[in-house]
Amino acid sequence: MIDEARPDASPAIAPTPPAGAQAADPAADPRSGRQSAWRIFLRNPAGVAGLLILLIMAGLALAAPYVYAEGPLAMGAMPFIWPGEGLAYPLGTDALGRDVAAGVAWGARVTMLVGLSATFFGVSAGVIIGAVAGYFGGRADMMLSKLIEFFQTPPSFVLLMVVVAIAQPSVSSIILAIALVTWPTVARLVRAEFRSLREKDFVLAARSLGFGHARIIFGEILPNALPAIIVTASLLVAQSILMESALSFMSLGDPNLVTWGSMIGSGREHLFTAWFLSAVPGVAIVLTVLSLNLIGDGLNDALNPRSE
Amino acid sequence: MQGRLPDIARLIVRSAFHAVPTILVILVANFFLLRLAPGDAADVIAAESGFATDEMMEGLRSRFGLDLPILEQLQNYLGHILRFDLGYSARFNTPVIDLILQRVPGTLILMLSAMAISLMIGIAVGTFQATFAGRWPDRVIAVVTQLFYSLPGFWIGLMLIVFFAVRLRWLPTGGSGPIGVELSGLSGLLIRLKYMVLPATSLALFYVAVYARLTRASVIEAKAQDYVRTARAKGLSQFKVMTGHVLRNALLPVTTLAGIHLGGLLGGAVVIETVYAWPGLGRLAYEAVMARDFSVLLGVLLLSSIVVIAVNLLVDVIQAFIDPRIELK
Amino acid sequence: MKPAVEKILDVRDLSIGLKSFRPVQNLSFSVRRGETLALVGESGSGKSLTALALMRLLPEVARIAGGSATFMDRDLASLSEAEMRKVRGSDIGMIFQEPMTSLNPVLTVGRQISEVLRIHEGLDRRLAMARSVELLDLVRIPEPQRRVHEYPHQLSGGMRQRVMIAMAVACSPKLLIADEPTTALDVTIQAQVLELIDNLCRDLSMAVILITHDLGVVGQWADRVVVMYAGRKVEEADPETLFSRPLHPYTRGLLGASPRMAAGISYRDQALVEIPGSIASATMATGCRFAPRCDLAEPSCLAADPDLLEPAAGHRVACPIVVRRGA
Repeated sequence: MIDEARPDASPAIAPTPPAGAQAADPAADPRSGRQSAWRIFLRNPAGVAGLLILLIMAGLALAAPYVYAEGPLAMGAMPFIWPGEGLAYPLGTDALGRDVAAGVAWGARVTMLVGLSATFFGVSAGVIIGAVAGYFGGRADMMLSKLIEFFQTPPSFVLLMVVVAIAQPSVSSIILAIALVTWPTVARLVRAEFRSLREKDFVLAARSLGFGHARIIFGEILPNALPAIIVTASLLVAQSILMESALSFMSLGDPNLVTWGSMIGSGREHLFTAWFLSAVPGVAIVLTVLSLNLIGDGLNDALNPRSE
Repeated sequence: MQGRLPDIARLIVRSAFHAVPTILVILVANFFLLRLAPGDAADVIAAESGFATDEMMEGLRSRFGLDLPILEQLQNYLGHILRFDLGYSARFNTPVIDLILQRVPGTLILMLSAMAISLMIGIAVGTFQATFAGRWPDRVIAVVTQLFYSLPGFWIGLMLIVFFAVRLRWLPTGGSGPIGVELSGLSGLLIRLKYMVLPATSLALFYVAVYARLTRASVIEAKAQDYVRTARAKGLSQFKVMTGHVLRNALLPVTTLAGIHLGGLLGGAVVIETVYAWPGLGRLAYEAVMARDFSVLLGVLLLSSIVVIAVNLLVDVIQAFIDPRIELK
Repeated sequence: MKPAVEKILDVRDLSIGLKSFRPVQNLSFSVRRGETLALVGESGSGKSLTALALMRLLPEVARIAGGSATFMDRDLASLSEAEMRKVRGSDIGMIFQEPMTSLNPVLTVGRQISEVLRIHEGLDRRLAMARSVELLDLVRIPEPQRRVHEYPHQLSGGMRQRVMIAMAVACSPKLLIADEPTTALDVTIQAQVLELIDNLCRDLSMAVILITHDLGVVGQWADRVVVMYAGRKVEEADPETLFSRPLHPYTRGLLGASPRMAAGISYRDQALVEIPGSIASATMATGCRFAPRCDLAEPSCLAADPDLLEPAAGHRVACPIVVRRGA
């Protein structure tokens, strides 16, 4: 009983109210709802600022191979040029004379890739498991809830470290490991949504029409649970990026790639003399994570009519 | 309240039983993760000693029971765990359990001080925001908490070192105390505190944001409740209404969340400890990863899971004490 | 009922403003010592806002936009917040509609009653607790010694409302404001609670403002009735006069729409909205707000606010047409 009263466990997720009240009217045209949600989002200055920052970061990631064609590891300049000292190296150079700006741009690619794919896998697994548990209830729910509980028990970062260390660090193992520790958050949310939505009139109507389970889950209930899932997903991308950076900072990143976390980690050796080497990639992380959190909040306001 | 004590005792027993399967599953998962890990204990020892013949390896394997069928190995593993034997770290040349228990206090101190800091500041800030909800002080603070929410702990840790330890020289750059100096008495405590300020702050910032946001929402909701109007109709001052009625209720979800976040704090402590060379579980886990000593790493995973389970139980009990509506039957 | 007794509360031209309109406009009424005055009207008529305005507990979006409310020689509308705090709970007690949500769920009943005694009468914790037990006994809660340590969720709705009453009368206020005190309760409990209020008001010589939409309640318990419509007083009389000779078309509609009136007075709860149209039509800036729903309406009704006339002593009505017709 007490467990039931507990709000969502993840620190990553702003308390998302159960979506009992929203989208109760299946007759309403979902497209007009989306459009007005988009308009509400655009009226939120913080959300728009987040979107702009994210677009800039994405642009940086996409432009990296063209602007810094030689890659992030190319050495060609004097070491320890401070940001602003020379126009050719606006963000400075590191101990080996590598361009920090090139590292930031190439790092953006890895960060975005890991953040998006880990979220994709985590959300997919979470949605499927949460939907099955919430929709069918009974024994399936009991077992899947146990599974969720089991995955939520160990501190997620410790579990993440263990899995990555054992599987050997690589982009794909990091992506899957992050998905492994984040799916329970989504599953809990989706389970709760499905539990409340499955009793709604439009679901009963669909059932009485003889629709199959899959059709009801994906065609009737999921679209109504989507707003909450979208908000959670945007916040999960931010959390995934934080996790990936922390892993690479602790030398558990892909050893063949330059990431923001690994740049901070190697910059740490020169913290007393050239602290900008750690500061600059950190600012990139903060901006990206901040932009995603702002977007998540904006989406929450836009998609959830009950929030202030 | 007194009448609830037996009920609470029953709650503890029942929750402890409830936790048994979870711990078992974690143990079994732990065992298989250990098997999946590249190289076994014999490999590690062989690598440590620099050379080993096949015969020596066989001898080592049979000594550790690594040549037995897998189910038997699992049985042995569980049997050892029941005797608090988590294996032997070849790398550190110490039983794993000793290694871990040495480091537990350091992590607990760091976690609890970070939690205390973040709860105190977070609740104060969130209450302040709720009082000015929608007006400029609320908006300004919301931007700041949003920023705190987006800071990687390890990075802000490094930046705090640069600023407070390197630039201002106010605080030490890392460690838990000066090397080779016996610390005792009040001055010793103060020196220890100096070493704790930066790690605890770095760990706390994210949670300050979490609790501030939660408290804000919770207080705004509680303020709109009918009983708050009743309290005002009794002639209570705004301050008494806030402390005696609004916060009494608004902090219930915050307590729950605080308990749940202890697990997250533990994960965060892992990273922060490596930044500040703080002698705790996290630093141990990091050293274990660097040394590819998986028995230590999995021991940390197991112990931290047990800490989380214990803390959740504690939170349930605290909740039962402060919220009379919780049904214990 | 003695007519010339002192007025304990005198409300003059009270207006309550929201951002764009005034849900209560130029409302005047008075309450005499020991008297029970009923404020009657459907939801949206402004009666609850009036009560909150008297306690100065209006929600943030609303404010007192004009007028005065003289309570024991002081104008409640212009007291400072600190002075007002001394009035609340001490000189004026208030009971709310929802006993389920109006008590703090995490504090014991005794703690919540004690609180009033401690701040207004300076009792210490132990004395306040002992007094709380007496008060629970006064509102006829069985086993008060045990109940005082219980939490609201352990009590029934009727008992919770009794606790609310105990809290409201703890400091023997001169005036008790009861905002729909029985609406949320079972029919069988309603009469008991109203009788309790009535007895207490006699024993403690309190005046009561009873806010209700239930004409049955009015007939049985009130000394005088003020009928409100869309934020204005439309009629005022004692209950016998009001029921036997209602003047305002709205009051007549109410009585006509209440089938139980024919069968004598009962306290069955029933909505009063069976007059054609709705209160939402009362949006005009000037003129009689009931005009859009009124059979007797003339063009002049919309031209200016109707004056309050007094066709018989103590019987006031805001409708020149019925008075002119001598109805």
